Amino acid sequence: MSIEVRDIRKRFGSHQALDGVSLKVETGSLVALLGPSGSGKTSLLRIIAGLERPDAGQVLFAGEDATRQDARLRRVGFVFQHYALFRHMTVFENVAFGLRVRGRATRPTEGDLRGRVRELLELVQLGWMADRYPSQLSGGQRQRVALARALAVEPRVLLLDEPFGALDARVRRQLRAWLRGLHDKIGLTSVFVTHDQEEALSLAHRVAVLNDGRVEQEGTPEDIACRPATAFVAEFLRPEAVTISA
Amino acid sequence: MSAIVAARRAQPLTPPAPSASEDSRPVRLALTGAALVFLGLFLFVPLLAVFAEALSKGGEAWVAAVSEPEARAALWLTLKVAALSVPLVTVFGVAAAWLIARFDFRGRRLLLALIDLPFAVSPVIAGLVFVLLFGRQGLFGPALAEHGVKVIFAVPGIVLATLFVTLPFVARELIPLLESEGRDEEEAARTLGASGLQMFWRVTLPNIRFGLLYGVILANARAMGEFGAVSVVSGHIRGLTNTLPLHVEILYNEYRFQAAFAVASLLAFLAIGTLVAKALLERRIGGSR
Amino acid sequence: MLRRQSVLPGFSLSLGVTSAFIGLLVLLPLAALAAKAASLRPAAFWATVSDPRALAAYRLSFGASLAAAALNGVFGLLVAWVLVRQPFPGKRLVDALVDLPFALPTAVAGITLTTLYGPNGWIGRHLEPLGLRVAFTELGITVALTFIGLPFVVRTLQPVIEEMGTDAEEAAASLGAGRAQTLWRVVLPTLLPAWLTGVTLALSRALGEYGSVVFIAGNMPMKTEIAPLLIMTKLEQYDYAGATAIALVMLFASLLLLLAIGTLQAWSVRRSLGEAAS
Repeated sequence: MSIEVRDIRKRFGSHQALDGVSLKVETGSLVALLGPSGSGKTSLLRIIAGLERPDAGQVLFAGEDATRQDARLRRVGFVFQHYALFRHMTVFENVAFGLRVRGRATRPTEGDLRGRVRELLELVQLGWMADRYPSQLSGGQRQRVALARALAVEPRVLLLDEPFGALDARVRRQLRAWLRGLHDKIGLTSVFVTHDQEEALSLAHRVAVLNDGRVEQEGTPEDIACRPATAFVAEFLRPEAVTISA
Repeated sequence: MSAIVAARRAQPLTPPAPSASEDSRPVRLALTGAALVFLGLFLFVPLLAVFAEALSKGGEAWVAAVSEPEARAALWLTLKVAALSVPLVTVFGVAAAWLIARFDFRGRRLLLALIDLPFAVSPVIAGLVFVLLFGRQGLFGPALAEHGVKVIFAVPGIVLATLFVTLPFVARELIPLLESEGRDEEEAARTLGASGLQMFWRVTLPNIRFGLLYGVILANARAMGEFGAVSVVSGHIRGLTNTLPLHVEILYNEYRFQAAFAVASLLAFLAIGTLVAKALLERRIGGSR
Repeated sequence: MLRRQSVLPGFSLSLGVTSAFIGLLVLLPLAALAAKAASLRPAAFWATVSDPRALAAYRLSFGASLAAAALNGVFGLLVAWVLVRQPFPGKRLVDALVDLPFALPTAVAGITLTTLYGPNGWIGRHLEPLGLRVAFTELGITVALTFIGLPFVVRTLQPVIEEMGTDAEEAAASLGAGRAQTLWRVVLPTLLPAWLTGVTLALSRALGEYGSVVFIAGNMPMKTEIAPLLIMTKLEQYDYAGATAIALVMLFASLLLLLAIGTLQAWSVRRSLGEAAS
């Protein structure tokens, strides 16, 4: 399903977090929102998910206005930066949550539910962890549980907030390749937020660079890397070695 | 007050003190000894004394004192008042904590101060304000008397005074807890399609259950043990408006010391139970962090 | 807009429930107090609150509460320090026992302390030969108020002592400070905001305390009658106006202390945040 945001504005107190952001995400693509902290990328992702309401502007899912729609009705899969796993539930129950809270009419039978959760846990390669609690998992494992949980509700889009931010470098690279593989396999429209330019350029089909609540440039990784449209983008994408010596 | 709330959870923890910050052995022994003697004289001896006095005429006298009709009526009333007021302050505490910890709105700080206010007011004044409202010469007194409703010198007044003095307990326990847990899990539940009620029962409540229980236990101890505020509004009508603490007072003032301590020992059991439950819960709350 | 928009549900419901309770249980009763106060003639009000018996009651209440708070300042610091820094067997039990004054109904504390410190009591009988009369004197009132206030000081100081750790002391020692200098120049200044907060909390509680004091006080007008008891006495004589007048004076003092506690806590938080950052 495609996502479109039109001229989104959002202010927190005296801080203008988003100042007229417009963006289109095509069906099936994997898009990165790249920018320094405070650039508004997470706010934009939360607005798409319905976790924040914009002060002005529109959010469209498949061309239909969803701006006022409640988060629980949007069918977006949201993966939180710190995973937000339910601490008092096992891995299995975490993944099953979205199915269990459905209304009687659409709730799967216990048997179907178990099958579906098992399937998802296999997909994220954690079938053997079903009875553990989140506190007993490593960071990378928690991340995958959070992903399985988000996928369980058969979301129309997948939104990930700094999906690799809390992981160490080695796990991060592994998980990145795996996520790209997963996306290629299930083809779900996905948007992720990152402050890491290398991550954005190597993983996404398209990248939107945000700064100070505005989109500086939107395009393919190649566009961004080779043809920076603004001085900010050029500066932000400069190789790290230069940043360090500066 | 929040400092107290936070402090009560403090886990005693003693790293092996490095020598530079360590006092000499005699000094340490003297400090520890002085603290223990003080606590012994001030806390342990009184607790012991309650039971010693209660049993000073033997077990039979204790049984007789706690089973006489007036004592039983007082116990029954105390349980009734707690059963009426504790659920109400629990509902209030959860609602107020949710409001304060999850939303930003105008007047939030003022509301927080008002929630704390009953802690700062003398229990006698807490009773007085309800007499001024519902007493015979009170604002609503004449109107209530016309309809034959009795609030002051009756059970409703006792419940109102108890509600006032216990109002902050649950809220004060839950506000810092909800704030420290953040709202991620609740937002996750929403994006997964949970309704407000489902989110509350399946995510919020399980996460705050020990803190909630902690607040409820403290509120209950205060509700059953409150003396000053209840004393003002009860009228001390024996068998009708006497709670256990008031019954203790009456027996004591009649020089029936052993009986007074026998009834007091019931309340001391309540206190010990509260301390034990508190200590156990503090371990659970501390462990989940 | 009353609130920042939030995706979490329950704003209206929780606002409604909270306002209903606060309105009916706190604001309405305080309004009744204010209404009663407004109906008093200024001359009569002044006569009541400046009556010699009332003045004696304030002096006793404030004097004994201050003395108790000071005692708690000393012993509370000692207890908190020992509980955090010194290992000894049965520490968990002792730590739990510190909350006894919170958990034990005040009437029970009152009759027990009176019996213990009475002329024939376990403790009183040893003090009598020394010429120390506790029960039914100002000293007894101070003992009861110290009992009530102790947990406030201990529980406010404990986490601060824990958080303080031993780094600063080690640093001071490495810079050549003696142990006494370290305590005086490093440890006590660090604890000062929390210590003052705890002492003020204990003072605030003591000023309003009734149950644990009335038994041990003796309740002689002009001598051992505390202010809350004076309010009670006036109420029992159906002198609502007089009771309200005295209550207003005490309430004013409580609110001042509440304000002081708020300021001290803010200072305490700033202090510990500043340290965490450095």
